[in-house]
Amino acid sequence: MTTLPLSLTVNGHHHELEVDTRVTLLDLLRERLELTGTKKGCDRGQCGACTVLVDGKRINSCLALAVSHDGAEVLTIEGVAHGEELHPVQAAFIAHDGFQCGFCTPGQIMSTLGLIAEGQAGDDPERIREGLSGNICRCAAYGGIVEAVLEAQQQLARTDRRTAA
Amino acid sequence: MTLELGLNQQPAHTRQGSSIGQPLTRRDGFLKVTGTARYAADNHPPGMLYAVLAVSSIARGRVVSLDIEAAKAHSGVVEVMTPLNRPALATDPDAKDHPFMFRLDLLQNDGVRYPNQSIAVVIAETLEAATEGAALLSPRYETEPARVGLDGAESFVPRGVGVGNPAVQQMGDVEAGLESARTRIEATYETPAQYHNAMEPHAIVAAWDGDRLSIDTPSQGLAMAQGRIAGLFGIAPQNVHIRSPFLGGGFGSKGMISGPQVLGILAAKLVGRPVKLVLRREQMFGPVGHRAPTRQTLRMGMDGEGRLTAISHHARTTSSTFDDFFEPAADASHTLYASPAIATSHDAVRLDTGTPLFMRAPGEATGSIALESAIDEAAHACGMDPLEFRLRNYAEVEPMTGKPFSSKALRECYEQAAEAFGWAGRPLEPRRMRDADGYLTGWGMGTATFPAIMFQAEARAVLRADGSGLMETGAQDMGQGAWTAFAQIAADGLGLDIDQIDFRAGSSDLPNAGIAGGSGHTATAGMAIHNAGAAVIARLADLATRNEASPLFGAGNEGVLARGGRLYRRDDESRGESYTEILARAGLAEIEGHGKGAPDPTSQEAYAKHAHGAVFAEVKVDPDLGQIRVTRLVGAFAAGRVINPRLVRSQYYGGMIWGVSFALHEEAVTDRRSGRIQNANLAEYHVPVNADVPSVEALLVHEDDPHVNALGIKGVGEIGITGTAGAVANAVWHATGVRPRRFPIRIEDLLG
Repeated sequence: MTTLPLSLTVNGHHHELEVDTRVTLLDLLRERLELTGTKKGCDRGQCGACTVLVDGKRINSCLALAVSHDGAEVLTIEGVAHGEELHPVQAAFIAHDGFQCGFCTPGQIMSTLGLIAEGQAGDDPERIREGLSGNICRCAAYGGIVEAVLEAQQQLARTDRRTAA
Repeated sequence: MTLELGLNQQPAHTRQGSSIGQPLTRRDGFLKVTGTARYAADNHPPGMLYAVLAVSSIARGRVVSLDIEAAKAHSGVVEVMTPLNRPALATDPDAKDHPFMFRLDLLQNDGVRYPNQSIAVVIAETLEAATEGAALLSPRYETEPARVGLDGAESFVPRGVGVGNPAVQQMGDVEAGLESARTRIEATYETPAQYHNAMEPHAIVAAWDGDRLSIDTPSQGLAMAQGRIAGLFGIAPQNVHIRSPFLGGGFGSKGMISGPQVLGILAAKLVGRPVKLVLRREQMFGPVGHRAPTRQTLRMGMDGEGRLTAISHHARTTSSTFDDFFEPAADASHTLYASPAIATSHDAVRLDTGTPLFMRAPGEATGSIALESAIDEAAHACGMDPLEFRLRNYAEVEPMTGKPFSSKALRECYEQAAEAFGWAGRPLEPRRMRDADGYLTGWGMGTATFPAIMFQAEARAVLRADGSGLMETGAQDMGQGAWTAFAQIAADGLGLDIDQIDFRAGSSDLPNAGIAGGSGHTATAGMAIHNAGAAVIARLADLATRNEASPLFGAGNEGVLARGGRLYRRDDESRGESYTEILARAGLAEIEGHGKGAPDPTSQEAYAKHAHGAVFAEVKVDPDLGQIRVTRLVGAFAAGRVINPRLVRSQYYGGMIWGVSFALHEEAVTDRRSGRIQNANLAEYHVPVNADVPSVEALLVHEDDPHVNALGIKGVGEIGITGTAGAVANAVWHATGVRPRRFPIRIEDLLG
């Protein structure tokens, strides 16, 4: 077993770690940092349940070796809300019933945050569906997810306009 | 110790109204969108080790050698569990006391009877060490030829199909009916093996304390799992505490405790420390059940007016070599279409596969896609519109039994869904419609049905001196919304606002809520909750009406209403008092009541009880490439009382998309030489992703059913898949003129 030092900021908290080089970012989050909101559905990048943002971009954390992200900033589902106050994407998922069992939900929400940041989908439901197709929902709450994304985007745009003004 | 989930931390503004019929958002929503809902694998008791399964890469034979030394020599590996050192069990895992008990592979010998069967467990300080240890075992096998496919072994007629249904049933003279028919059709359809593939892999965190066992594991049936585990380990059921507050999907695969889950418990026993064992996705294609493949032949006869004279439905299915579950596909023809003669039959072959299991609408889904396809063929053979043909053959009583339906709003479903879809004016002949881009466009329909089933459940209700209430039942939420719907029923049962009650579920130390399956959980546990509420209110009313100091004195139990934390005289609502006042006067800190939910045997005997629905589908097919897209789905469903329309719609959407998946996506492919599953992963075992899913509409059709149970609930979890799969197949025919006879429908079938 080989270990390497790893410096990582997760949800604003800085960690200095010594990590087995085999450990994926997903397993680091779940099994060492006990941030278990991020889920493991397939462990090979096929389901999207493990989606997190690394330096602002969405990735499948099961396909990322932790030590290859030295110095990175990671945002997981636990870092999205401000205490009791939900992020508009989270609130919209509840309002539009964009989940049932909830297991894929952290990945769906992180993927949505990534998608919105990419700014490619706009308000076109077809492009949103395409852009979120790396995240499987076996309960098939897809309709609610798309409605939630549309509503959250509008909400965020309004907030941005207020902030700019 | 029950669970403290903090469901009430959901901000008040995301809740609205209360109680039965309200479209409340999920009470567990806040936990689920913040990543704080704790699923089984999210637990880390102190001192926990990681267990990883080694599974067989052959379908049949025995393990000749394992390099245990190499695995143990790997840094971090603590122990390797094989048949040589696996702790003893009190019960033979191959023993079977009742049909709900399935034989388990718990390292009882070196035999291999299906691919992905557990052959060893590696236990280590880290997940990485356990994973690498498992790889170092390098198993060698003695391999025997695998039996594969629907003709892979000699067929036989099983003793029963599904849950003890007769394999062969007949009403009337089918051959005479076919003989006398003006028009006849005969068609054979094949459906593939499918795997549940809930997003959450089966997982367990097990910790022993002497002869007491504490487990976090997803379960659709806590009491049954508790009993099974207690039996295997020879300990009292109350010594087994299972927590399952959230399941990351179940679909039937978490109904019974599975072999790998028990191996996690054995591993913890072997090493004397808590152990976490989580299946890898590919390991879910074997030991945790699947929907068996079928080959179904339907024969139908029709008279000159398009009335059915006979339906014959035969299904071939498969099971494992060592256990019995037989997909009751042909039974789908018992309830939907009126015919003077109906015959259903099943036969089966035994293959080197894991044992099949209940998978969302077991039998109904497989049978429905064949039946609805055949009905479409029959309608076309009679030159009739498929909706008109179904109405011509509408069953006013249950065809197979002659029993009246407890309620049946199927006509309204047909009408409302057809209207919303815009079915009128559909050309009878196929290949008549193209869209602006030149895609072949087709419209198809199917009828949905699922029986209204109830099991047994219990609940406990408490009213406290501070005016709050408590409702407890060991119900299971696998995504259908138990945390919310049951709290709504509890609030009404206790006559309190939903925020004044504490609802506890998802733990085996609570009253037995029965199984979350068969679309019967809401009806069964819901009735237990309703009755427990009524029992505690009756006690409260008794306290008040017997006390001269109460304004309710002399009103009698029947003469009192409970609402908003107060009891009122039924005949004079100006007279009433609060629960708090009544309990204070009686000097009681709390009172409790118990309730049960169970089917009523009298009405069970008298009525056929089913939910119904109608589904209409539009598909577009690329005329050159054969690529199929479902573009629109409209369903209308009548399933008795709706507790929460928001959650019920989501169940319908999910079921309907499973129907699309059945018609177009899902199939486990078995290698004919090795017997291994070739696509045991989520990239090659196709399930719908967001881009595959069209606009889906689900209409809730009002239906009052006074017979199913006092709440009038039927069940909504499985019906959506029925009807939909056939509707999609029929739409593909209407678009292309090619009749799909094997599923999922392949591009090559359309181009061939």
